[in-house]
Amino acid sequence: MTENDWPLYEIFIRPRNGLAHRHVGSLHAPDPEMAIEMARDLYTRRGEGSSIWAVPSSAIAASSPDEKASLFEPAEDKDYRYPTHYKIPSDVKNM
Amino acid sequence: MYTQGLDGDIGPVREAETADEKALEARFQAKIDAEIRIEPDDWMPEGYRRTLIRQISQHAHSEIVGMLPEGNWVTRAPTLRRKAILLAKIQDEAGHGLYLYSACETLGVERAELVEQLLAGKAKYSSIFNYPTLSWADVGMIGWLVDGAAIMNQVPLQRCSYGPYARAMVRICKEESFHQRQGYEIVMTLAEGTPEQRRMVQESLDRWWWPALMMFGPPDSDSVHTAQSMKWKIKRVTNDELRQKFVDVTVPQAERLGLRIPDPELKWNPERGHYDFGPVPWEEFWRVIKGDGPCNRERLAQRRRAHEEGRWVREAALAHAEKRRLRSRAA
Repeated sequence: MTENDWPLYEIFIRPRNGLAHRHVGSLHAPDPEMAIEMARDLYTRRGEGSSIWAVPSSAIAASSPDEKASLFEPAEDKDYRYPTHYKIPSDVKNM
Repeated sequence: MYTQGLDGDIGPVREAETADEKALEARFQAKIDAEIRIEPDDWMPEGYRRTLIRQISQHAHSEIVGMLPEGNWVTRAPTLRRKAILLAKIQDEAGHGLYLYSACETLGVERAELVEQLLAGKAKYSSIFNYPTLSWADVGMIGWLVDGAAIMNQVPLQRCSYGPYARAMVRICKEESFHQRQGYEIVMTLAEGTPEQRRMVQESLDRWWWPALMMFGPPDSDSVHTAQSMKWKIKRVTNDELRQKFVDVTVPQAERLGLRIPDPELKWNPERGHYDFGPVPWEEFWRVIKGDGPCNRERLAQRRRAHEEGRWVREAALAHAEKRRLRSRAA
């Protein structure tokens, strides 16, 4: 590693306890500890977070845009996965 | 699908001794009281951690075992639509089990260990899944009553003090919203059908009513750890409160279809603003929990067989990953 090829880290911030960490962006850092320190300065200057995760971008496996149809289309014709698919008379309560 | 409000033994828990530990415990309770969620890296008392591991793992096991009674009817569903719906529902239950095992792992326990406990017969899961599905009406009854009871139980768990569990419950409740409606739709179709279909659905309700009421767990008077769980906000509503609420909303739904609840003591009490109902057969409940229900042995045997018969799939996946690793290294 030289000063020009620090690895890329994806940064996830938990806004407050009770919520999941959410992806906010990425940054380059020499190691994971410094990635967290830099993320603190870059992404939480206004109290946006209570916890930071830094994950090497190279560790993320992503689906390919070319596979979008084969991955997600099968869910499109399964209307019966939604509660509105079922016809229940309106006078039946708490359903 | 559900956690039974079973207290169970979590083993000896060391009490806070030093001033430091007592201060940590006080700070922890102050966070709970202020409705601040506890996250995996936060300090927590050992008893809190173990109570959650027990409850979340029992909940996860219940989702997994819960697939079996429904799976019994996949090949015999009356129409293609019903079959697709049943498959989608069973698929959801598998997903819910996996969300919950993940939430449990954040407490520092290995998933493989939890699965091993289930297969070894050392872990508990909901008593309801030890009853057989004898007719197609039972599939409807599970959706209406069992998922209905599960939803009632799980809605307050979305506000559980432990973040990962609460978040898993939000997702589960959202997905589960179709389960109860599809069940009621099946029950309604049969109730409005031929005399034979009506008999079938009434017979099914007669078998499932009391086991469904047992899903909320033992009476509050027998739940020695309820007070602690409520203080920690792992539990928000007591077993008896949930059971009463379930009876109150379910009775009118049965009446709407002309179905009879198998409880001669069931009666609206205008003073309380609730239904009074007869005594739940708790002896049966304890017998089923302790392993002697109608299907306990069958369920575990089926689960073990599925685990063994799936071994080659896990091995093949590993071999495939290894092959790809070697190929990319060669390239």
